[in-house]
Amino acid sequence: MDNLLSITTFIPAIAAAILAIFLRGEDAAAQRSAKWVALIATSLTFIVSIFILVGFDPSDTGFQFVEERQWLLGLKYKMGVDGISVLFVMLTTFIMPLTIAASWGVTKRVKEYMIAFLILETLMLGVFMALDLVLFYLFFEAGLIPMFLIIGIWGGKERIYASFKFFLYTFLGSVLMLVAMVAMFSDAGTTDIVTLLNHQFGSESFSILGIHIVGGMQTLMFIAFFASFAVKMPMWPVHTWLPDAHVQAPTAGSVVLAAILLKMGGYGFLRFSLPMFPVGAEVLTPLILWMSAIAIVYTSLVALAQEDMKKLIAYSSVAHMGYVTMGIFAANQQGIDGAIFQMVSHGFISGALFLCVGVIYDRMHTREIDAYGGLVNRMPAYALIFMLFTMANVGLPGTSGFIGEFLTLVGVFQVNTWVAAVATVGVILSAAYALWLYRRVVLGDLIKESLKSITDMTGRERAIFAPLVVMTLLLGVYPSLVTDITGPAVEALISNYDTALAEAHSANQLAAAQH
Amino acid sequence: MQADLNIILPEIVISVYAIAALLFTAYTGRDRMAGMLLWLTAALFTVMALWIGTTGQGTRTAFDGMFNDDAFARFAKVTILLSAAAVMVMGQEYMTRRKILRFEYPVLLALAVVGMMLMVSAGDLMALYMGLELQSLALYVVAALRRDSAKSTEAGLKYFVLGALSSGLLLYGASLTYGYAGTTLFSGIIAAADGQAPVGLLIGLVFVLSGLAFKVSAVPFHMWTPDVYEGSPTPITAFFATAPKVAAMALLARVVHDAFGGVMGDWQQVIAVLSLLSMFLGAIAAIGQTDIKRLMAYSSIAHMGYALMGLAAGNAFGVQAMLVYMAIYVTMNIGTFAFILSMERDGQPITEIESLNMYSRAHPGRALAMMILLFSLAGVPPLLGFFGKLYVLRAAYEGGLTWLAVAGVVASVIGAFYYLRIVYYMYFGEEREPLETARSPVQWGFLMASAALMVVGIINMFGVETLAQAAAATLVN
Repeated sequence: MDNLLSITTFIPAIAAAILAIFLRGEDAAAQRSAKWVALIATSLTFIVSIFILVGFDPSDTGFQFVEERQWLLGLKYKMGVDGISVLFVMLTTFIMPLTIAASWGVTKRVKEYMIAFLILETLMLGVFMALDLVLFYLFFEAGLIPMFLIIGIWGGKERIYASFKFFLYTFLGSVLMLVAMVAMFSDAGTTDIVTLLNHQFGSESFSILGIHIVGGMQTLMFIAFFASFAVKMPMWPVHTWLPDAHVQAPTAGSVVLAAILLKMGGYGFLRFSLPMFPVGAEVLTPLILWMSAIAIVYTSLVALAQEDMKKLIAYSSVAHMGYVTMGIFAANQQGIDGAIFQMVSHGFISGALFLCVGVIYDRMHTREIDAYGGLVNRMPAYALIFMLFTMANVGLPGTSGFIGEFLTLVGVFQVNTWVAAVATVGVILSAAYALWLYRRVVLGDLIKESLKSITDMTGRERAIFAPLVVMTLLLGVYPSLVTDITGPAVEALISNYDTALAEAHSANQLAAAQH
Repeated sequence: MQADLNIILPEIVISVYAIAALLFTAYTGRDRMAGMLLWLTAALFTVMALWIGTTGQGTRTAFDGMFNDDAFARFAKVTILLSAAAVMVMGQEYMTRRKILRFEYPVLLALAVVGMMLMVSAGDLMALYMGLELQSLALYVVAALRRDSAKSTEAGLKYFVLGALSSGLLLYGASLTYGYAGTTLFSGIIAAADGQAPVGLLIGLVFVLSGLAFKVSAVPFHMWTPDVYEGSPTPITAFFATAPKVAAMALLARVVHDAFGGVMGDWQQVIAVLSLLSMFLGAIAAIGQTDIKRLMAYSSIAHMGYALMGLAAGNAFGVQAMLVYMAIYVTMNIGTFAFILSMERDGQPITEIESLNMYSRAHPGRALAMMILLFSLAGVPPLLGFFGKLYVLRAAYEGGLTWLAVAGVVASVIGAFYYLRIVYYMYFGEEREPLETARSPVQWGFLMASAALMVVGIINMFGVETLAQAAAATLVN
C-alpha cells in the first residue's frame, strides 16, 4: 500500500465527518452511537498503524512509506516516517482508543466531544508524519482548535481562562516559527523536510541593531523554533499554561495533552532544531541544559506544594519533560535514545496517572488531595494500579520510567557533569512528591464520611488500564523494543549533526581568517 | 475609437443597464420592482464576471493609455463583480422584511461597481479620480439608505465628509504630481520618476497614497470605518467590507507600480508603516468591541494591514500575495456577514456579540460554519485564511521586510483573541435569552459555502493562485 500513512491519518477525520453529517439528536441512543463510532474509528486506526510498525525497517535510517504530491505555492503534501517518528505515531494510535474508552461517562454534547477528539487524532498523527515544513505547521497549529474547544466546553470551573491561555500562549510561541519557516523556504527554495535536513543554513555571525549574534542565521532560526517547541514541551519558564490547561481539561483531554501533545515539542527538537540548525543548537546548548536542570528541580519542588492532584501531576510532567530536553541537547546516543524513550514511557505513565485521577474524580467530583485518604480500604485494585504508576513516575527500576531517566542522565553526564548532578536531585524530589501524594490519597484509615461508599474500579476502567500496565512493565524490562527502532536513526542524526558542526566550524574559521 | 469602446464594453453595458433600470423604475412601479431588479443586477454582475473572466486575454489599452485591460484588472474585476453579486443576493431578504429595499439600491450599486471597474483599470490620474468618485458618491448615498434612522444618516454623512476630505487629499496629490511630472498618464509619471524624483513629486505621491489609504481604511486614515460599518444597514456594511476594499487595494497596487514604480523605496516605507499600524490597531481596538459590526470593521482594518504587507514587498510575488489575500478575505467576509445578517431577535436585527450565548446548542451547523470562518479570519491553520497570511509573510520576507513579518505574526496573535471571544460566546457561554436566526436559505447557503471553501480551498485554492500570479506578472515586470 503506497498511502498507508494517509489512510492512518485520515481514518479518524473521516469518522468525525460521518458523525457530523449523519448523526442527529442528543438522546441516549445517539450518544451511544457517537461513542461507538469514535471507539471503532480509533481502534481501527490503531490496527492499521500496526502495519506501519510491522513494515518498518529499523536498519534503514531514511524515511519510509513516503508519499508525495504537489500542493499550493510550491509546497508539497509529503508524508513519511523514520525511526524517530514511527514510535510517536504508534503512541498516538495506542493512546487514543483508551482516551475514548475513558470518556464513556461523558453526557454533555457527546457528538461534538467525539468529533473534537477524532479531529485531534488526525492532526496529531499528521504532525509526526509530515515531511513538509508548512504541512507540519498546519497540523501542529490546527491541533489548537480542537484542544481549545475540549478545554473550553468540557472543562472545569476555570475553563474559559485556561482555554484562552492555552490557545494564545501556544499560538504566540509558534507564529515566530512560521516566520522562520518562511525564511527557510526562501533560503533553501523548498519546504521539503528531507531536502532541508541536508541543507546548510548560514552560520556566519553578524550583528543586528548592534547585537552580535553568534551563529548568525542559524541561531535566529533556532530561537524561533525553540520558542514554539519550548512552549509546547513545556520548558521552564514558559510552562505556566500547562497546569491551568491540565487542571481544567476533562480527564481525556488531560491524557491526550500529557501523553501526546507535549511530545510534539520534543519531536520538533529532534526533527528540526538539532539537525537543521546544528550551529544554533550548539550555541544555545548550555542554556538549554541548565534550563532543563532548573525545570526538573524547580517544578518538582512546586509539585510538592500542590493541593490539587491534577496540578501535581502536571508539574511532574514538566519535570519529566526536563529530562527529555536535557537528553536531546546532550546530543549523544544515550541522551537522545533516552529522550525518545522517556517521551514514549511518559506517554503511558502520565496518561495512566491522569486516568487514575479521573477514576476518583468521576466518583467524588473533586481533585483536592485533602478530600481523599485511605482509599486502599475500599478500592484495593485501584490502589494497586495507582501504586504501579506512582512507582513508574518515580522511576523505579523495572518500570519504563527508570530507563528514560537513567539514559538521559548518562547522556548528559558526558556533556555537562554539573547539570547531571543537579538533575539527579530531581529524581529524589520526584520520589518525594509522588510517594507523598500516594500516601495522602490511598493509604491511611478511611475516615472521611463521604468516602465510605466509594466503589472500586469497574470492568471498563480495569480494561483501560490493562494495556498501559503491560506497556509500562514491558518497556521497563525489555527497553530494546524502543531502542532497536530508534537506535539507527538516532545514530544517523548524531553523525550528521557532528559532521555539520565540523563543516560549519571550518567554514567559519576560513571566513574569519580571510577577514 | 471603435476599438476603445470595445475594450470598455463591460463597463458600458453595466452603465447603460443602470440608467435603463433607473428610468424603468422611475416610470413604473418604483419600490415594488426593487426585489426583481436586485436579482437582475446580481445576475448581470455574475454574467459580466464570467464574460470578463473567460473571454479576456492579453493586455490592451484604450483612450491613449487612460484605460488598461490586463490580467490584473480582470482578476480584480471578477472578484469585485462576484462579491458584489453575492452580497446583494444575500441581503435581499433582510432588506425586504425591514422595508428598506428601495429601487435605488441596485441601481446605485451598479453604478458603484462601474466606478470600481474603472478604478482598477485606470491608467491615468483623471481616470482614477473619475472611477473613485463614481464609486464613492454612490456609496455615500447607500450608507444613508435608511433615511428614518439617525444612525444610518449619520453614517452616510460621516462617510461623505471624510470621504470628501480624502478626495481632496488625493486631488491635491494628483495636481502636484501633474505639476512635477507634466502629465497625468501613469506611463508618463513613471518615466518622470525613474530612480530619482523631484521632491514635489514625492509629496504628491504621499498625498495620493493618503487619499487611497482612506479608501482601504488603513490606519491612520481609518476613523470612518467603525462608525460607518455600525451605522449602515447590515447588507450595506457587508458590501463596504468586500468589493470596495478589493477595488481600492487593486487601485493602490496599480498606482504604486504603474505610476511610481521608479521610486519604489519611497512608497515602500509609507506602505510598510500603514501596514504595521493597521495590523496592530485593528487587532488591539477590536478587543473591547461589543458590537459585531464594529468588530468586523476593526477586523477589516487589520486585514487591510496584511494585504498592504504583501504590497509593501514591492515585487511581483507581493502583488500576487495581495491578490490572493484579498480573494480569501472577501470570501471569508461574505460568509461572516451572511451570518451577521441572519442574527435577529423578535424579527429585529441584533448585533451584540453577547447575544450569541450558547448559540451552538440551538444551531450546531451554523455555529460550526461560523467558527470555521472565525478561525480562518484569525489565520489559524489548516483553514484558508492561514494561507493568505503565509503568502503575505513570504512576500514580506522576500522583500526584505522581515521586521514587518514578525510584527504581523505578533499582531495576529493579539487579533486571535477577539475572534476566539466570539467562539467563546457561541460555545462556552452560559445560556441566556436565545438568539434567533432568520430562516433565509440564501444566507444559510452563503454561510455554509463560504465555510466549506475555507476547508476545501486548501487543496488547491481552485486555481486562484495561478490567476493571481498571471495578474501580478502584468503589473510588475
